Amino acid sequence: MVATDSIRKSSSRMAQTPSFALLILWLLIHLVISIFFIVLGIVDTVEDYLISSGFLKRYDVINVGKLRYLAIVVDSEDAMQINKVLKLLQWLTDIGVKHVCLYDSEGVLKKSKEIILEKLSYAKLYEEGDEKSALDSKTMILEFTSQFDGKEALARAANLLFKRHLKLSLGENQEEKIFTEAQMTEALKAVGSGGPEPDLLLVYGPARCHLGFPAWRLRYTEIVHMGSLDSMKYGPLLKAIYKFTLVRQNYGNKHPLLRIGFHSIWRLEVYLFILINIFDRQVREF
Amino acid sequence: MFLIRKPCQIHSNQLCAPDNTMEKEGICKFKQLFSYLGCFLRKFMFSILSVGPIPDHIAFIMDGNRRFAKKRHLLEGDGHKAGYESLISILNYCYQLGVKYITVYAFSIENFKRQPEEVQLLMDLMVEKIEDLLRNGSIVDKYGMRLYFVGNLGLLSSTVRAAAEKAMQATAHNSRAVLLICVAYTSSNEMVHAVNQAIRKNEFDSVEEEHIEKVPMIKINDIKRHMYMSVAPDPDIVIRSSGETRLSNFLLWQTAYSPLYSPTALWPEISIWHLIWVVLDFQRKYAYLQKKRKQP
Repeated sequence: MVATDSIRKSSSRMAQTPSFALLILWLLIHLVISIFFIVLGIVDTVEDYLISSGFLKRYDVINVGKLRYLAIVVDSEDAMQINKVLKLLQWLTDIGVKHVCLYDSEGVLKKSKEIILEKLSYAKLYEEGDEKSALDSKTMILEFTSQFDGKEALARAANLLFKRHLKLSLGENQEEKIFTEAQMTEALKAVGSGGPEPDLLLVYGPARCHLGFPAWRLRYTEIVHMGSLDSMKYGPLLKAIYKFTLVRQNYGNKHPLLRIGFHSIWRLEVYLFILINIFDRQVREF
Repeated sequence: MFLIRKPCQIHSNQLCAPDNTMEKEGICKFKQLFSYLGCFLRKFMFSILSVGPIPDHIAFIMDGNRRFAKKRHLLEGDGHKAGYESLISILNYCYQLGVKYITVYAFSIENFKRQPEEVQLLMDLMVEKIEDLLRNGSIVDKYGMRLYFVGNLGLLSSTVRAAAEKAMQATAHNSRAVLLICVAYTSSNEMVHAVNQAIRKNEFDSVEEEHIEKVPMIKINDIKRHMYMSVAPDPDIVIRSSGETRLSNFLLWQTAYSPLYSPTALWPEISIWHLIWVVLDFQRKYAYLQKKRKQP
């Protein structure tokens, strides 16, 4: 067939075309995506203004009691901006969050612990058992963690179990000892890294990764990306906590490109949907 | 580099029956053309993506099969079968793109708590699909794929365990692509197993009590070496379908610098567009992630 022959010819011609054309196309796609994120940033700023000024009434009442324990992961370079961290904690107090675990991999926040606690007179340092105690409306419990409480803590707990194993092997009981998850939890508490599992983890950094947050405490934690600490806003923070407190069910009924990227630009969906759907059906076949 | 290695084939056998009428033949030729265009478009898009960094290892949490079955009013088993078809599609796309390692969260230790009929259905499906994968001409042959079954395999029935071990042995000589299937797996179980193994490897024949403090300590690398997932590098990306934002006890040790993506599509609805979007976003963050990985 003429059409398929011409496509085959163009395919073999393209195999010989220099990759400069591909580079240009790649740069173009990334330029379009960057523009899209800039537009999304503007939409977020407008939304932040609407939330902060109280125009969006649904954020007025939040059942913050559902959020028992919140974790904040900050990129270590951003964590040096203590004034930003203090502002964030002040916002969390205003929202009503009671227990916060701050994490950065290098331990910058841990080193600034005294400064932070001094500036926030209502905050106190986490101690074991605090998660069960009732707090008055103003107090916030703060925990400071770093990679010392992550993989390094697991290695320390392993050594504690190892010593226990050696002591057992000296005794009369010569049965092979296999440690369980419950014993690992106890060992982590014994080495000082046994805090509670957060319900929600907010990541302030360029990418949505937990940057080494203690793995043992991350099993069923919701992880939400908030962008960089530099551009932090009150609106998205309130929205993230509000969304967590709702019961959500997702049935994924929209097209992938549109759902992931175009949720704020709903008008484009109708026009793009038809075009993308046609190609989607064909591209899935092989 | 331009990665259209094999030209797109016209799948005439699949689209056109031999006894078509003139009119149906016209429609059939049109379908062939569209199919060819689709294949060409896919390869072209992958060639553009390949200008930038391609992830070496992608991990998938295949969530949403049961919700898919409910949504489409299917039997529950059909949701899992649709999930398997989706997995094969995604594997094809990933390996064509140049991803070498793919990890999938097929069955968690927590899933044993589901209804026994559902667990049995999943186990039977797993055995059936393992046999399909080992046949000539399957995707394992196509990409020279090595299979690993990662998890506490002792919790599986002897039939499933035997099928898994047979698959691992049969594909042990392959090295072009790797598929790690997490079965009877949770990250906490993996970490405890690694600690137990590290303790066992570190012990001395006899130690006096006063010398216990002088015994060499277990280090992070000792634990890492005994992880089930030590056969692959840490994932570059984690993708969880159906919009959930949790890791659900999956690769918690390995994902410190692996961005998590949560497309809202259910697993059987995941498509090439999700993969393309995720890889493009990964390319935007690549420099930052590399810098973080290289830090001590």
